[in-house]
Order: sequence, then structure tokens, then C-alpha cells
Amino acid sequence: MATGDVTATGRYRAAGDEVAPPALGFLRRYVFSTDHKIIGLQYYFLALFAAFVGIALSLLMRWHLVYPDMKIRWLATIWPTGAAGGIMSPELYLSLMTMHGTIMVFFVLTTVPQGGFGNYFLPLQIGAADMAFPRLNMLSFWTVFVSFAVLMAAFLVPGGAPLAGWTAYPPLSAVGAIAGPGLGAGMDMWVLSIALFCVASLMGAINFIATIVDLRAPGLGLMQMPLTCWGWFTTAMISLLAFAVLLPAGLLMLMDRHLGTSFFLPAGLIISDRALPNAGGSPLLWQHLFWFFGHPEVYIAILPGMGLISTILSTFSRKPVFGYKAMVYAMVAIAGLGFLVWGHHMFISGMNPYSAIAFSLITMTVGVPSAIKTFNWLATLWGGKLWITTPMLYALGFVSLFVSGGITGILLGQPAMDLYFHDTYFVVGHFHLIMGVAAIFAMFAGTYYWFPHVTGRMMSEKLGKVHFVVTFLGVYAIFVPMHLAGIVGNPRRYPDFKEFEFLADLRFLHTMMTHAALSTGAVQLVFLFNLIWSNWRGRVAGLNPWRSGTREWSRE
Amino acid sequence: MLAAGLVWLVTAVTVALFVIRRWWLPEAINAHARSWDTHFGITMWLTGAIFVAAQVALGWVILRYRSSDVAAEESGSHGNNRLEWIWTSAAGILFIGLAALSTAIWAGVHLDKAPPNSLRIEAVAKQFAWNFRYAGRDAKFGRTKPELINDANGNPFGLDDADPAGRDDIAVASLRVPAGQPVVLLLKSRDVIHNFFVRELRIKQDLVPGMEIPLHFVADKPGTYEVACSELCGLGHHQMRTQLIVMGKEEYDKWQLEMLQQLGVTAQPETK
Repeated sequence: MATGDVTATGRYRAAGDEVAPPALGFLRRYVFSTDHKIIGLQYYFLALFAAFVGIALSLLMRWHLVYPDMKIRWLATIWPTGAAGGIMSPELYLSLMTMHGTIMVFFVLTTVPQGGFGNYFLPLQIGAADMAFPRLNMLSFWTVFVSFAVLMAAFLVPGGAPLAGWTAYPPLSAVGAIAGPGLGAGMDMWVLSIALFCVASLMGAINFIATIVDLRAPGLGLMQMPLTCWGWFTTAMISLLAFAVLLPAGLLMLMDRHLGTSFFLPAGLIISDRALPNAGGSPLLWQHLFWFFGHPEVYIAILPGMGLISTILSTFSRKPVFGYKAMVYAMVAIAGLGFLVWGHHMFISGMNPYSAIAFSLITMTVGVPSAIKTFNWLATLWGGKLWITTPMLYALGFVSLFVSGGITGILLGQPAMDLYFHDTYFVVGHFHLIMGVAAIFAMFAGTYYWFPHVTGRMMSEKLGKVHFVVTFLGVYAIFVPMHLAGIVGNPRRYPDFKEFEFLADLRFLHTMMTHAALSTGAVQLVFLFNLIWSNWRGRVAGLNPWRSGTREWSRE
Repeated sequence: MLAAGLVWLVTAVTVALFVIRRWWLPEAINAHARSWDTHFGITMWLTGAIFVAAQVALGWVILRYRSSDVAAEESGSHGNNRLEWIWTSAAGILFIGLAALSTAIWAGVHLDKAPPNSLRIEAVAKQFAWNFRYAGRDAKFGRTKPELINDANGNPFGLDDADPAGRDDIAVASLRVPAGQPVVLLLKSRDVIHNFFVRELRIKQDLVPGMEIPLHFVADKPGTYEVACSELCGLGHHQMRTQLIVMGKEEYDKWQLEMLQQLGVTAQPETK
């Protein structure tokens, strides 16, 4: 086999590495492509766009929370009814919140680690020519794309985007516009978008599982795969089981909304002075179905990150991953146990209080594999020769955030403690650290780490470090005070804090969080600039700039 | 150096913010809330210790093992089974033990039945308001019919005038209870899911349409406490507020008497 070479532009080209036969036009090559690398990049850039939309929404919310009466004229231009006179209405706030959660959970946290990184690097790491089903892969991406477009369109329909939160609890979400603005057409768009996303994720999951099971290079056993592959493998299995439940749940929701069924609607509802004809349904049924998906979803977001962080820590410590087998078992255990703990989202929902104890004990058990992972990451670093690059900084930041966000799970997993903390800012702080920011740190780590592989150039280390320092301090400054607000009892999903005396005392904390959020949001532009600029002006990378041991870097 | 410093900095600031208790729990007003606070304290100290230990260790390995030798060769061990077993079982025992310890507090709220002498109060939530109903001097709730529900006519419960048991039912918008008296709230919702949360009682419970969920508590300390809806219920969620007013026994009896007089019911408390 001929050796690869780096072309004049710094782009890497290896023998047999041509993306597609030259006969394909631009459209088939870069838009409706079946090439796993192109599809991976498509997922990545869709998610990058979604992430900036999600961040923008969160900044608008944070601003409104501390300056609820400030007139912002351009808000009225964008939302003439929702922000009449430049003041954000409660329903607009709640719809931004719903959209922020939905965009971030589905189109960022689920999309980058698996659809983006997984598609690009899984075949390379296991020595496969492509994913098992390239055309299915293309269909998955385009379904996600349509799903995202449908979700965005919810902003444009009469009544605006839905305000029921990303959890969409019925009856609020199931009875239509009489329950509030955005719950008519906007809510329909939301359900439709989620249903499409489920279909796409199911197709993606099948593809990943088939690829890992069938297309590994000869001699590459499952227990010899890099931990990144285990991350994608376990995530695909979770996706297959979890989205397969959310999809029918969404369809039942649509039927309740339009066909007069009563899956989630009990008898005797009187909404806006109108008696509804439904009977026999249960609002708790939705919660069970939703969280049967929703809790595993947390692991969909974080498992690929765990795999990637293990690889990066090992690469830059110049040491093998400590306790490889324990790491694999821990991931499989997290994936499996993740399906048995959904009830911890429902301790105060009115479900049987005895089941809360069972859910609690299993939840605590999930803490054990999580602790194993933390110990093994520290042990991987121990005695190594740490090369502190930007991807390494993000990996170290991930470990720090994983501990900070995970440890409060030990508190929230106890039903007795949840009697106070349920739906307070304590929960918001907890899940943002562990599911949001830790997973996003893994994405940043992956981006800085694999950028030279994809483009042949390095991202700027200087800008990378600035980006890291501000982001790391920023996320702590946003989310640690949220725990304190939660301890005071601050309920989440409040558009302002004017009505309650006890919330007045939190003004200073909230103001601080808002300004931390603005700074953290702003520094993401540095990342964006670095990403674009380095693509053309970055230092030429060479074949394996990190001296990494995984297969995708041995390109000859 | 940089990374270790940052990790230690956020750790120190976080610990300081939790230790100064500038933003903390409100006063506990009954025995449940006090035992809740104790368990909360235990959990915070334990998890806080793990948090600090892990972050300090992370900072320390960064500081100790950072190397400017870019070309360093791979070295080091692949693992240690004994260590894996030790930290796995230690974490397991600690986490599960902590949860087991707290079940007594949970049981006190949800598994133990309310004392038989409890005052029963019906609580019905609707989009963005609360209604509470007391059975009055006959200690019996009058019959209700959903089709009679009419907020404009002052009949939020749909009380049926034909039932004499309903004539002395007191309907009010804020919750008054006598101090030291066991109370059972019968929580119901008319439209969407709402939530009953009193910080000082350390309890929170959803109100689910189609269900009647009993919730019992004793409030010991007279005072006025805010009740905040804690389950997203629509555009007025953040304004769905009422009060829990804990009164001395005599004061409460006097209030009830006044309410009964307003209803035109001769106030002769028969049996209590």
C-alpha cells in the first residue's frame, strides 16, 4: 500500500482514502452524501448551529430573569406579540425555555457525540470502509435535519413555540391551545419534530450496532476496541431501546391532541372554564414513558463523551487507560441501569411511594460505575507524563465537571431529599453540569483533538486556552450558584421572581449568574473564530500531531 | 499549573459559598423538617468531602505529573483489580447506605398513615389559583358536581346546594391550619399538573388531574409561609402563589367561627 502524504494545502490524503468516485456531482458528494465522514460533518455543523441558537435563547432568558422590565426594542421586532413593547411576556419566556431544552438535548447533546464524532471516526477506529448502511446513514441525517427545521418552524406558527417545557407533561401539552399560547400549532410542531428525531435516531442506532458487530477489522475483538467505540456502541443500544419508547409516546400524544383519544387525559378536566369530554387516561403514563426514554437520554449524551475522554486522557498522559475492562463494564452497567431509574424523576409525581424506594436504591447503584470511571480517570493520569494541550484541558475539565455534577445526584437520588429539591434550581444546576456542560466539554475536547485529523491543520492553542479558561470558570460561575438558589427553594421555570417574597433575596445570585452566562456565551465566538480561521490558517498538523495510539491516526 | 489552579480555585469558591450559608434553607417548622435538615446536612458533608477529595486529587495529579517533554514515550500500568474492587465497594456501600438512611424520612411523609384525628382539608388547584375547602362543623364534605363548578359565582368546588352536608363547607383561597394539629390535604387538580410546595415544611407534592393525593403534615410554628407552585402549569405558573397560615388553636377556632357565621350556619362545634 502506498503511503499517505500531506498536500500543499495541508490537507491529508491517504491512498485509498478518496471520499467518492469523481463521477459524483457536488450535490451527491457534499449534500446527499453517503460518505460517513461527510455525514459526520453534516451532523456536527447542524449541531453547532443548533448550539448557538440554544445559547442565544438561554441568554435572552437569563437577561429577562434579572431585568424583567427592561424594554428591548429589537425583541418586539422579532416577537411582535410575545414581546410587545420590547418586554418579554411570560409565555415567550416559557417558549424560549422549552425550545432551549429541546434544541440542546436533542440537536446538540444527542447529535454531536454520536451522529457527528461517531459517524466520522467509528469506521476509522475499527477499520471499516464506511458505516454498515451508508444510504440509511444519509437518511438518518436528513431526517434529523427536517426534524430540526420543523422544530424551528414552531416559532413561526400562530401562537408561537410551545411553553410546556422539554418534558411536555400532559394535560398541559395534550389539550391544545386552550391551556395556553403555543400549545396549539406550536405544540404539534414540537411533537412532530420529536417523532421525526426518534425515527432518525432509531435508524442511526441500527447502523451503529450493525457496523460495530459486523465490520470490525479481522482480529479486532470487542474487548480490544478503543473506549470511544464502546461509548458509541452502548449509546446506540440505549438509543434503540429508548427512542423506541419515545416515538410511540409521541404518537399517542398526537392522537390525544387530534383524534379525541384519552391516553394521557383523565375524566373531569375543566380547562379555561371548558369541560373536556375525555375519560380514562393518566397524566402519569406520559411521565413513565417519557422518563423511560428521558433518563437513558442522559447517558446517550454522556457515554460517547466518557469514551472519548478516556482516550484523550490516555493519549496525553502517555499511559494506557487504567482498568480498561472495568471501564467497559462500567459503561455497560451505566447503560443497563439507566433503564431502571426513570422513577427518580417522579418521586413527587403521585406514583406509588414504595416504588420510590426501589428507584432510589437503583439510582444510587448508578453512582458506583460513575465512581469507577472517575477513579480510573484519575489513575490514568497518575504517574503519567501529562502533555497539557487544549484537548487535554477540556478532558481534565470534563473530569472536574463530571464529579461536580454527578455528586449532587447522590442527594437528588434520595426521595426524601427530593421532597424539597424537586423542580428547584438545584436540579437545574445539577443536570446542566453533568448532562449539559460535561458533555459539551467532551465535544470541545473532541473538536480540538480531531480537528487536525479532519483538516490537516491545528487549531490555535492560544485561542483554545483562552476559550477553555473563560468557559471553565464561566460554567462554574453559572451553575454552582444555581444549587444555592435551589437550597433557598427557588422553583425552576419561573419567568420572573416578582411574586414571591423569598425569591427577592436571590437577586444578587441571579444577576451574577446572568453575567457569567453572557461572558461564557461571548467566549464561544472565540471558539467559532478558531474553528474557521484554523481551517485555512492553522499550523500544518502532520499525520499524528498528538502521537495518539488509536487506529484513525495510523494513516498509511 | 493553569489547569490545577483553575480546578482548585473553583473548588475553594464552591466550598466557601456552601459554608457561609448566606443562601440557605429557611427555618424548619416541624419535626419532619428538622430531621430532613439533619439528613441533608449528613449528605452535604459526605458528598462535599468526596467533591473536595476528587477535585484536590485531580489538581494534584495535574501539578505533579505535567511534563514538558512532548516526545515522552508511553509508560505505566494497565490497571489494578484490587484497587477497582476496593473503590467499587466503598462507593456502593456509601451511596446505598445514605439512601437507605433517608427512607425513614420518606416513610414519615408517604408510607405512614395520617393520624386518625387529622383535620381534613381539600385542596383544588387550577390554572393559576388555589382553593381550599374545610368540612365545617359537621366534619363532612358536601357533595360536589363538576358541572356546578363556577368560579364567577363563587363556587369553585361545584358544591351541590341540595346536600345539607355542604352548607357549612368553608371555601377559601389560602390555607389556614392550627399549630400542632395533624392535617391531611386532599390534593386535586382541575386542569393541568400543579404542585404544592412549602419550603418551611420541606414537602412538595404534585397535584395530578384525575387523582386525589393525600398529604399529611403537622405545622408547629405559627406564622405565614409562602406556597409556590413547583410544576410548570402554564403562563401564570410563576404567579401561582398562596399562603399557608399556621395559627394558634384559639385563633384558628375563632377564624372558623367567623367563616361559619358568614355562611349563615349556627356555629355550634359539635364533635371535634
